[in-house]
Parts: sequence; structure tokens; C-alpha cells
Amino acid sequence: MPAHETFYDVMRRHGITRRSFLKFCSLTAAGLGLAPEFAGRIAHALETKPRTPVIWLHGLECTCCTESFIRSGNPLASDVILSMISLDYDDTLMAAAGHQAEEILQQTVEKYDGQYILACEGNPPLNEDGMYCIQAGKPYVEKLRYMADHCKAIIAWGSCASWGCVQAAHPNPTRATPIHKVILDKPIVKVPGCPPIAEVMTGVITYMIAFDQLPPLDRQGRPKMFYGQRLHDKCYRRPHFDAGQFVEKFDDEGARKGYCLYKIGCKGPTTYNACSTVEWNGGLSWPVKSGHGCLGCAEENFWDKGSFYSPVSNLNVTGNVEATANQIGGTLAGAAAIGVAAHAAATVIQKATAKKPRASKEMSNG
Amino acid sequence: MAIISDEQKLVGPIYVFQVPVRIWHWLHALSIFALIITGYLIANPLPSLSGEASDHFLMGNLRLVHFSSAFVFAIGLFVRIYFAMVGNEYSRELLILPVWRGSWWRGLWHEVKFYSFMTRKTGKNIGHNPLAQLFMWLTNILLALFMVCTGFALYSQGTGAGSWADTLFGWVFVLQASSQTVRMWHLLGMWLMLVFIIIHIYMAIRADFASRQNGISAMIDGWRTFKDDGPADPR
Repeated sequence: MPAHETFYDVMRRHGITRRSFLKFCSLTAAGLGLAPEFAGRIAHALETKPRTPVIWLHGLECTCCTESFIRSGNPLASDVILSMISLDYDDTLMAAAGHQAEEILQQTVEKYDGQYILACEGNPPLNEDGMYCIQAGKPYVEKLRYMADHCKAIIAWGSCASWGCVQAAHPNPTRATPIHKVILDKPIVKVPGCPPIAEVMTGVITYMIAFDQLPPLDRQGRPKMFYGQRLHDKCYRRPHFDAGQFVEKFDDEGARKGYCLYKIGCKGPTTYNACSTVEWNGGLSWPVKSGHGCLGCAEENFWDKGSFYSPVSNLNVTGNVEATANQIGGTLAGAAAIGVAAHAAATVIQKATAKKPRASKEMSNG
Repeated sequence: MAIISDEQKLVGPIYVFQVPVRIWHWLHALSIFALIITGYLIANPLPSLSGEASDHFLMGNLRLVHFSSAFVFAIGLFVRIYFAMVGNEYSRELLILPVWRGSWWRGLWHEVKFYSFMTRKTGKNIGHNPLAQLFMWLTNILLALFMVCTGFALYSQGTGAGSWADTLFGWVFVLQASSQTVRMWHLLGMWLMLVFIIIHIYMAIRADFASRQNGISAMIDGWRTFKDDGPADPR
């Protein structure tokens, strides 16, 4: 394919009409929270800029990010983005296999050195020199480092690449490590979630290729437009939280009436994601809407906090001992109360057994 | 200690706790009282209310009281730290531990022995004894600042990115990316504060019965009185 081929060319080649293309641009601008005039700028960028290749690597993961991505609620977005990126490399979705597939990586590095976007799904395990994830006869971590060396920027798809996720759960036997702790010299966009929302994924990738820059990121390296607020801030059940109306059990009256799920462990108040606004599967539903609390899957370490069904989760204070703050604090406060009572009793005994002259002298002085 | 008469006798009463210190103490106590109750109920909510959501604002009010008390706590702490610099020498005891003084360490060891009943001898202290001073610093400087930082960091989740709370305290989430974990540490901090309160109230009452000086009344009228006119050394 010619190097100057634009996204628009690729889309047209895949049978997408101009009308559909422009609709995609408007929807993307709206999805990114941009003003209407940006639809035109996105269209212009996609028509004129040379296509930026996207290489999609898979480390230790479950492929739920890809599963989410290909089920994008806006079919146009998935068609368009998929036709753009599957052309290069995604070992789950591409037609090529084996040596042919691996050749594409080498060709991309040679042809687009420093220009392609590296999308990482999953993370590399570092124990035993990375032997827990072997691709094409080599540890995945080596492939990741090689491709990262020549890329322009990295997208860390999902909680695996962003935080480590379940394969990094204590005691993390393979030492599964999130991308930002392995690749230190490239800009990284974290798109956490297990999986991330399809429209969030297509939105991030479109922003990066259309504007040729990283989206604005928060302190954690997440795009502000999708991870700027907690689920709780935009939750449609928030009025029930403020009122003090909670589901106590999954089958109670409150559950039927759609009360707040905080007391049965909803992590919406501490989870940054777009679920409560973008929702899932084309706006069909999302966990809280279907009556189950948020697990906090887009948050660091959500997998290692004990029960998903309690608002007070575990703290790992010392080594392997896990307990909630209420258990630790309640024990300490109980011990303090007992200690004080015992100390008071001992003080009374000490007073009572004090030598007479001294005691009387103290009395008279007091 | 500083004021010892020519005959090595320590005679009271001595004015120790100035008005700003006493006002702060009681405001601080009141704010902690409100913070603990509302904070516990935010983490462990009361049984669900029924009826129309628009008829109630229970969690909203609990949070309002929690945040208002938090401002009293934090601003009070800030003013108290300032007063430690301009107040009398006893007002500095909360902020600065004289760890460079051998006498402070010897006093600390003596108090440990005294409170574990290894000795019946007890000294006189105008301000705090070294053990009390150490725990005051640990809870009302170290733990209090920890609660202020984690508390306002959690508050910034509501006020949003770019707000003053986010600008000043957002760094907490750089140290600990999981805000749920920050929440749980903040909750554990509440329990530690409660442990301090149990011991503090006991010690204040106990001082009136089993020491050579007054306890509770000193924080009411500011004056330290002694039960004997002997020297300050333990005896």
C-alpha cells in the first residue's frame, strides 16, 4: 500500500460511504466532548493525514478488551477503526499467521519508525526472564520492548496494561507488570477498565490519530474526557445515595425500587470511568443499571481488596494479613478500652497499697 | 523544666494554656466528635430509608456535617500550628519534640516506668510530660495532618479536577493511585483517633487522682496547680 494513503482512502476502500464517514466524525467529536466544529476538523484530518499505523499487541490478558472493542455500540466506529488497524497487526483479528504475521511487525518498524501507535492489551510477566508469556518463540516482554522502542506513543488497553489486573493479584507468581513500569521512555495513555468501554477505546484512538497528539491526561495518565469523574458523580441512582436509601440485600424492596447499591459494595464512589454516561453495548445498560454494584474494575488494585460486596474493603497492612479498617480499628479501640480499664484498676490498687505516711502526706498536700 | 524556684521547689499555680490554645482544644475536640460519628456513618451507612428520595437528605446531611467539621478541624490545626510559633513556651510543646535533650529522653523513660507501675515516683510537669508530649505530637500533628491530606484528597473527588482541593491535595493519588485504598486508610485513621481519645480522656482524669498536679481543670481555666510544694524531680 502507498505510504501516503489516508484513513479516508482506507475507509472508502472498505465500502464506507462519505455520508457514513461524516456521521462517524460527528459522533466521535461528540463522544470526545468536543464542540460541533471539531467534526469538520476530524474529517479533515482523516482525509488528509497519512494513515498512522496501529500495532496491537497482546500480553498476559483474557482478550476482553478486544471483545469489547469489536462490539462497539456504534457499528460504524468498529467497522472504521477495525478496518484501519487490522490491516497492520493484531494477532487475534488479523488474517495472517505465524511468520507472515511476525514479518508485519518488522516491516512496520522499518517503514514507520517512530510513527506508529503501539496499543498494548495485557501486560508482560517479568519473572523467569518473561518465560510465562512466549510469542513466536520469544518472551513477550522482549517483543514489547522492541516495538515500544520504535513507536510514537503507547495506549495501555484495559486494567491489565494499566494496572496489572487479576494476573498481578497477590502473590503475583509471574510478576505480571503494567506497561508504565516496563516502558519508561514513551508517552503512555492508560485506558483502564476490565474491559474498557468500546466507545471509549475508539474515541481515544481516533483522538490520537486525528489530532496527532495525546488526549489531555489526568495524574494517573488516563484521558480526562472519559476518566475525569467517578461513576458516582453521574450515577442515575445518586439521589437515593444522598437520601440514604440503600439496597441492603439483592432481593429486597430497595433492590426492586432501584435504590443505591453502595451498601452492597458498589465502588462507584471511588471509580473513575465513563460507565454512568456512555454506558455499555451502545447505551443498553451498565452494571448499576442492571442492579449490581460497580466492582471498580478500572481502578488500581481492585482485584486485591477482599469482598466486592462491602463498602469497607480490605487493607493489606502487614504482609499476608488482610483485614478491613473497621476490623483493625475496632480491635485497637477495644484493646485501648480494656487497657484503660485495667490500668485504672491497677492505679486504684497501687493507691490502696501505697505506704501510709506517704499517702497521708500526699493527701494533706493535695 | 523552666520555672524552678531558688530552693529547687516548683510552686504553682502557673498560667500554661493561653486562651487561643484552650479555644482550639475544645473546637478541635468538638470537630473530631462530629467527624468520627459522621465519618463512621459514611463508611457504614444507617439502615435504608423508604419513601420518596426527595423526602430525605440523610447521607447528604451527614456529608455536609463531615465536610463542615473537617474545615473547622483543618483550619483550627493550621491556626494552632501558627500559634505554636507566637504563643508561650508551652504552646510549642505540641509542635516541637525536644529530642536533642537528654533530659527529655530520661523523662520519657521515667514516664514509661511510671505508667507501667515499675516505679511509684512521679515528677511534676508544668506542660506535658515527655510521654504525653510524644503522643500529642503523633496524633495531633502527624495523624491530624494525615487525616487532613487524605480527607481533602477524597473531598477533591467531588469538587473535581482543577479545583483547589485537587490542586493542593491531589498528590495523594500519585502516592496511592487507588482512591478506595485512600478511603480505607482515612477510615483507619479515624479509629486511631478514637484510640487516642480513649487514652487521652483517661489520662486527663487519672492525672487528677494519681499525679502531683491537676488535670482537666488546666484546659478549662489555663492554670496548672500542684498538689505539693516539693521540687519537680520524681519522688
